[in-house]
Amino acid sequence: MNIGRERNGNELTLTVEGRLDTNTAPQLQAELEKEYNSTEKLILDFKDLAYISSAGLRVLLLAHKTMSQKGGLKVRNVGDIVGEVFSVTGFADVLDIQ
Amino acid sequence: MKELKLDAVTDNLPQVMSFVDEALEAADCPMKAQMQIDMAVEEIFVNVSSYAYAPGVGPVTVKIGIADDPRRAIIVFEDQGVPYDPLAKADPDVTLSAEERQVGGLGIFMVKKTMDDMSYVYENNSNILTLTKRL
Repeated sequence: MNIGRERNGNELTLTVEGRLDTNTAPQLQAELEKEYNSTEKLILDFKDLAYISSAGLRVLLLAHKTMSQKGGLKVRNVGDIVGEVFSVTGFADVLDIQ
Repeated sequence: MKELKLDAVTDNLPQVMSFVDEALEAADCPMKAQMQIDMAVEEIFVNVSSYAYAPGVGPVTVKIGIADDPRRAIIVFEDQGVPYDPLAKADPDVTLSAEERQVGGLGIFMVKKTMDDMSYVYENNSNILTLTKRL
């Protein structure tokens, strides 16, 4: 998994590429924890995310909860395979997906 | 069926995934089905790794085969840890808002929803969980 980052003031966009699974989810979690303090708006771009497991969903739920007390979390460019996981788990209704 | 026996520890997940992916790619498995099978295998393997022998470590055997009429992938997990039927667990409420949600239990639920069949037996001191996914 690779994480691209682009900061625009207090708005942060992280582009997550590859697989968000049991072994890589802690890497995204660690990256987010570093950034929460300085971030009011968080955007996760999933255009190159090929795969997500429940470990990845846990990180997303935590990010959603953390950011809901601030300017929120938006998820962008969700592909078919990841989108189906979101819809099966009800995450499609929880997350702000654009 | 092809077979892989190794310690049930999450560090071995990449090895399990390559074993499964290799078998699926050899069978020209469609990408979407492969991703769903990957997800199911990861959830089950991580579950066995976390609970079957806790706090110790023990072995798990992963088997995979392709069958015809209808064409399907069959994946079997066998461990000799504490008896545990993942199908007996109630499904999480996926209609709750983020604030009310529990993160636990989602993995098995995802597996149930994406596989065509999932069955469990306890035999010869072994948990045997079989997943079937149509290709």
